[in-house]
Amino acid sequence: MTPRRKKRLTLVGLLVLGVGGAAALLLAAFSENLVYFHSPSEVVEGGVPMDRKFRIGGLVAEDSVRRDDDSLGVRFRITDTAEAVSVQYEGVLPDLFREGQGVVADGHLTADNVFVAERVLAKHDENYMPPEAAEALERAKTGYAPESGTIAEQ
Amino acid sequence: MDWQSFLAMGGYAAFVWPSYALVLIVLIANAVIPHRRERALRERIARRTTGNRR
Amino acid sequence: MNLVWFHKLGSPKYFYALALRLTPWLGGLSFVLLALGLYWGLVVAPPDYQQGESYRIIFVHVPSAWMSMFTWMFMAFCGLLVLVWRMKVAASLMRAAAPLGASFTFLALVTGSLWGKPMWGAYWVWDARLTSELILLFLYLGFMALQSAIEQREAAGRAGAVLALVGVINIPIIHFSVEWWNTLHQGATITKFDSPSMPVEMLLPLLVSAAGFMAYFATVVLKRARCDILEGQAASGWVREWATPAATDHRNP
Repeated sequence: MTPRRKKRLTLVGLLVLGVGGAAALLLAAFSENLVYFHSPSEVVEGGVPMDRKFRIGGLVAEDSVRRDDDSLGVRFRITDTAEAVSVQYEGVLPDLFREGQGVVADGHLTADNVFVAERVLAKHDENYMPPEAAEALERAKTGYAPESGTIAEQ
Repeated sequence: MDWQSFLAMGGYAAFVWPSYALVLIVLIANAVIPHRRERALRERIARRTTGNRR
Repeated sequence: MNLVWFHKLGSPKYFYALALRLTPWLGGLSFVLLALGLYWGLVVAPPDYQQGESYRIIFVHVPSAWMSMFTWMFMAFCGLLVLVWRMKVAASLMRAAAPLGASFTFLALVTGSLWGKPMWGAYWVWDARLTSELILLFLYLGFMALQSAIEQREAAGRAGAVLALVGVINIPIIHFSVEWWNTLHQGATITKFDSPSMPVEMLLPLLVSAAGFMAYFATVVLKRARCDILEGQAASGWVREWATPAATDHRNP
């Protein structure tokens, strides 16, 4: 490589390093704002703003969903398995909403630590499998018909 | 194959089919545009070259 | 080190002839792979246990998103060749890739949105993954605007190369956004270091479709680069010779 090309290469390297460093600093500074939602643990520990809206994310706790009979109102608890927060919501829920499912809710916290949601979004995980495999996996987990549990693990 | 249920996409037809249609439209358009452009360019260059010779 | 092939590739005339020979094959390959992958994904692959049929959008969404990131990395690599070696062919390839990258990014955003509505419950959320992908779209549009704004080809190539190299910072941000921050977008399915969270009957059509997108990119980027080379070299002897009607067999310029 000629000295001139070497010099250009060094300049390009410095440019990328400089911009990369600046981007890293910027992202570190704004890291808190880039978080789309807070966990129930953070809410219980008081690590969330009480005066303004924020989002809370976690799993819908098992056996916690209570639907109103005469309206679209629904109450459930969002948990991160360590802590749980009660949520109140009135409106249409996404197709994926069910107990044990990940959700993210927009809203604010009332004084008695109930989260009043204005919007509930479902968050799904990165696992995909056919329904039969999911059933087999479920059976294997409960110690029933373990020989079919391998399909989903291929 | 059962066409009706295939087209219905389990109730998600309104999301699945537009996705695929849009992807195909954009891919085809991106392939056709440079094809035409190259042909036009070639004709232009040829016209200029033969024009110079005359 | 023997760099003859490298210098040969750097010659617009040689590169043009090579691209002319390669594109029909690549085009055929991409057509076959795309047809196979999309048919497999739409018809043969089983539905998902949670998302039912809606997850079939993955077979176009994920390849688009991968290609949107790959294209920018390709442009950054070309940018390096432009800045350090002043390679004209690399500048042509970089310019050729930009509209394709913008298309892939646009497709990833729109198909993702069409997938997000039924599953998440929203077309759009400002989470880190979606926002960084939107920034990528603006980077592509900025690159294209820059190319058309600068009249002089060499200067436009160099300015574009700097933008491509600076913008490459956004690629790891897009990729790792789902790990670094809490996002509504789920984590990676395929590119995890342990085994993918997907059974083979879903994974294979996805990989075939992705290979089809890659072959498509190679085809169209060469086609567009051919146009760009013709425009840049219109005055040179080999282009005139190649374009004159006398040289009817234009496959061998």
